[in-house]
Amino acid sequence: MSLIDVENISVRYGANTVLRDVSLRVDPGEIVTIVGPNGSGKTSLLKAVIGAAAPAKGRVTLKPGLRIGYVPQRLHVDQTLPITVERFMRLTDRVDPETCTKALKAAGVPELLKRQMSRLSGGQFQRVLLARALINRPEILLLDEATQGLDQRGSAAFYQQIEEVRRDTGCAVLMISHELHVVMSASDRVICLNGHVCCEGTPAVVASAPEYRALFGTGTGGALALYRHDHDHHHDHDHPHSHEAAE
Amino acid sequence: MFDDFMTRATLAGVGVAFAAAPLGCFVVWRRMAYFGDATAHAAILGVALSLALQMSIFVGAVAVALIMALTVTLLTGRGYAMDTLLGVLAHSALAFGLVAVSFLSGIRIDLMAYLFGDILAVSRTDLMVIWGGAALVVALIAWRWSALLTATLNEELAYASGIDPKREQLILTLALAITVAVAIKVVGVLLIAAMLIIPAAAARSFARTPEAMALIAAIIGGFSAIAGLRAAYVFDTPAGPSIVCVAALLFAALSAVNWRNRGDA
Repeated sequence: MSLIDVENISVRYGANTVLRDVSLRVDPGEIVTIVGPNGSGKTSLLKAVIGAAAPAKGRVTLKPGLRIGYVPQRLHVDQTLPITVERFMRLTDRVDPETCTKALKAAGVPELLKRQMSRLSGGQFQRVLLARALINRPEILLLDEATQGLDQRGSAAFYQQIEEVRRDTGCAVLMISHELHVVMSASDRVICLNGHVCCEGTPAVVASAPEYRALFGTGTGGALALYRHDHDHHHDHDHPHSHEAAE
Repeated sequence: MFDDFMTRATLAGVGVAFAAAPLGCFVVWRRMAYFGDATAHAAILGVALSLALQMSIFVGAVAVALIMALTVTLLTGRGYAMDTLLGVLAHSALAFGLVAVSFLSGIRIDLMAYLFGDILAVSRTDLMVIWGGAALVVALIAWRWSALLTATLNEELAYASGIDPKREQLILTLALAITVAVAIKVVGVLLIAAMLIIPAAAARSFARTPEAMALIAAIIGGFSAIAGLRAAYVFDTPAGPSIVCVAALLFAALSAVNWRNRGDA
């Protein structure tokens, strides 16, 4: 059975509908990436999956007892809250010190064990977040723009680690990203979101889909394409949209 | 040993300090200082209602503090910022409470006792209520500790771990209402927030983990209660404010020590 089954959900914030009739399934061991411009509802979709946003319509079903490893987009540790990396690692799970050390070693940051969370650099922080998410052997990893604030090398290393984790543990991955060129190669399936599912499929299929190109441009050479996007477009017509893509 | 009023006062002060320490840490971490203060001010309306209805002041204060805190939580995000709502509700409740007290002509009440505490008049029954309430607060926070901490750090992380941050917020609100009610007799409604915030703030720079911070805050709060009462006895000063003064001096001294140490490093 699927780990996550999202059926035709709509999510509203007040009068503002951010997701319309979105469906999504993640099977064991799959790496699924959600791409889309700012304000396309990517984060809302992930929030609906974990139960942080209640859908106005539709249904979200998780496999009973699903173990989720969640890596938030930003985790702000307030200056007033003292917490060491070691303590943070066993925030939600009972973990013995040995497992904790091992997890940090696997994440490449064993020396951080006794450090304060509020003193870590962006890259160290992301690695600790990932190590914590993996500590309870999750069946699925959820990543919300997990490489924000990392440089290109840092985020490439981060995604490489995700692939290794999937290879070693067989856990599924559902992630949001705007770094298309990096993510594409690592994903089994890509979902292009813009308030609704614009297109979906293997990276190659999505990359050549007109809907995707309309949103992101043709993006040659792996560089991110700049794009202008019309957010108020209607969907009672066939694609392609009348988007303007800049080089 | 409970026959001596100083012993009872000391035990009452230490009891409140123990409950206020872990709760105060969350108040500091979640930036709820004004929320705590406002809830405490609203409790004076509960006191007035209890006196008018001739029921337990503890029950009345818990009820009004809880209603006040829940109303603010419910209304936040519906057109008003939280601090605006707190300002409106807390001060209205305080004003209505003070006016309501003035109507109670049949009973002579010393309003100062509720505004600034009357710890030297703590009876055996009061002491039982204070320790019972304090134990309840400590047990509640200890039980939910890990969930409260996760929800404080990141709401999405909490949801993903099967924790409902809204529920944890309610538990904190309940703990706050109980703490306010048991602390009225000790430091009074105007100074309760000080007992929550000052020990926790003073403990911050000496703690490496959240648990250590709560523990150090409890020690600082407990010491402030004992030393403050002693000072009030020796210098013949009001007891509740004296306790807060000691806590504030400790905060200043510890901050200075920490600042110097950091300068050396």
